[in-house]
Amino acid sequence: MSKKSWSIVGLAIALAVTLLSPLASPWPDGLERVAEEHGFLGLAADPLYELIPDYVLPGISGEALATILAGMIGVLVVFGLTLGIGYALRARRTEEGAP
Amino acid sequence: MIASMVWLVPLISPRAMHIPDGFLSLGTAALAWLFAVVALTYAVARTNRQLGEKQVPLMGVMAAFVFAAQMLNFPVAGGTSGHLLGGALVAILLGPWAGMLVMTAVVGIQALLFQDGGLLALGANITNMGVVACLVGYYVYVGLRKVLPTRPWVNMGSAFAAAWLSVFVTSIACAVQLAVSGSSPLQVALPAMAGIHALIGVGEGLITVAALAFITATRRDLLESREAAN
Repeated sequence: MSKKSWSIVGLAIALAVTLLSPLASPWPDGLERVAEEHGFLGLAADPLYELIPDYVLPGISGEALATILAGMIGVLVVFGLTLGIGYALRARRTEEGAP
Repeated sequence: MIASMVWLVPLISPRAMHIPDGFLSLGTAALAWLFAVVALTYAVARTNRQLGEKQVPLMGVMAAFVFAAQMLNFPVAGGTSGHLLGGALVAILLGPWAGMLVMTAVVGIQALLFQDGGLLALGANITNMGVVACLVGYYVYVGLRKVLPTRPWVNMGSAFAAAWLSVFVTSIACAVQLAVSGSSPLQVALPAMAGIHALIGVGEGLITVAALAFITATRRDLLESREAAN
């Protein structure tokens, strides 16, 4: 597989994984369970603002669809951000002509 | 039956939960931020020097995969779930420094866009899931590779051990931060966090091995260029 098509397949796999997100276990995760059981879950403060809280895109009817869309947005944003960081670091090195 | 379903109603939504604000004292949160910034500054310098051309697209793909996989909580035991952390996986593929940057992008977006993990607590979440998980995952893997014979199943066993231990140690780091903050005494938080994450770590190990096997099968050069750089 060529490098470019491998990256596209990789991104497609990540997007496909979000299709499974409505099937995720609804049980509290490790930290939340410990906090619940040992009585400090109540310490959690409300967030300062909410954009896509709980991985559910607001304004979409149907929680499964809203969850998948939230996941796809997240996948694309972190993909773009990380590529940006990676290329910025490489570009800076080229300019400086470092070894 | 009905009672048990009523109990589930408020819980139906993906349950990824990183440390929210309020769990950590201001001092602990500030110290963790300081530690995270120092580690990331070093990681940027190292990555800037070492990043190979092949690795930039791989960084993007791994960030995308870790984000997606973190949404897939799997049940572990007694009404508790876990999800992939991903620190060991990205560190094995990209090295600990580029891996740390990938994990920071994921954890940062989760906090800023999805309100998963607090903003004050973000330094601790980066410290745990970025710095600690990547360093433990990477050095356990590389250490085992050095002392064990090179065979495909041995390599995968090393990756499983690295992934398991990365989750285990990360959960201990979190327990210590909770204890120092006065939220939960160490003799309570430590066994509770380490115990449940010993189970979650098994899922971490399995997913890490599966992802590495897929990458080895499709792009052997990615793993080999990484190992050559060691």
